[in-house]
Amino acid sequence: MQWHSLSEFLAMGGRGGFVWGAYGTMALLMLVEPLLARRRHRAARIAIVERMADEQAARAAANLPRTRP
Amino acid sequence: MHAVNSPAVTAAARPRLTWFTFASPANFYRLAGVLGPVCGLVAAAFAVAGLWMGFFVAPTDAVQGEVYRIIFIHVPAAWLSMVLYVAMAFWAAMGWFLNARMAFIFARAIAPTGALFTVLALWTGSLWGRPTWGTWWVWDARLTSELILLFLYLGYMALVAAIDDTRRADKAGALLAIVGVVNVPVIYFSVVWWNTLHQGSSLTMGKEQHMASTMLVAMLLLTLACWAYAFAVVFVRARAIVLEREGDTAWARALVAQSNQG
Repeated sequence: MQWHSLSEFLAMGGRGGFVWGAYGTMALLMLVEPLLARRRHRAARIAIVERMADEQAARAAANLPRTRP
Repeated sequence: MHAVNSPAVTAAARPRLTWFTFASPANFYRLAGVLGPVCGLVAAAFAVAGLWMGFFVAPTDAVQGEVYRIIFIHVPAAWLSMVLYVAMAFWAAMGWFLNARMAFIFARAIAPTGALFTVLALWTGSLWGRPTWGTWWVWDARLTSELILLFLYLGYMALVAAIDDTRRADKAGALLAIVGVVNVPVIYFSVVWWNTLHQGSSLTMGKEQHMASTMLVAMLLLTLACWAYAFAVVFVRARAIVLEREGDTAWARALVAQSNQG
């Protein structure tokens, strides 16, 4: 291993900003993208549940005898 | 079905595994639900191994010092940006010619991940170019063709999002994706065909490598991590699109109802 201390590791030979800027952005985006994809999946499930509930409510309303005079 | 009168009715009732089994959205949905997390774990394992090799085993570069370590993510991101484009165009073409529902879903599911890797290839390249070339950006053939790749991804996503009719959107997007595939070899061979500021290929098949083997291993490990990551996230997105499109089918409703009770 070529690093003698943590600060030397972070400094990356004076190019730390470039190296960590690249790795940090990559890590951030690769954490955010799966979260967005999972949120889309969850939203799709919820949409189906809501549609089923709406349809059930519509069916129930259609079957109920009308009480209006 | 011939199995109706046979004694093995229960076995025959179970769907047989064929090449087309996972062309069914319901089957794909279940399979991807298992494979997605597995790919995610594989990606994490390869990422840890690759980062360890890249930062603690690979030596300092004799010419570029430490900043060269960006290569371990820059090259995988650039490769994935091209590979995913070809994969997207392939599924778009399959959807077009076979009229297969899942193929169009794959094409749509791949696009955002491909765009992400293209952005990362450009961004990491820029952060590498500044200290080594003295500039964030040049309009050389490699960089320009990669930027065009990003526009192709964004154009595809904007096009399919802009057309309300799903089938027409799929077909219009497929046409754009297929035409745009000519850009991929242009990117790949740009450093050969033109005199670019960008360096030549880091890896050339059949040639002796000029990279230290530990550097090469780090780069390949992180490439595998990116591949596995791409599979994992594309599976999640493809499942979401399946539910978006199959919300009126009995299987999707049964599945959602079941998981809501549990």
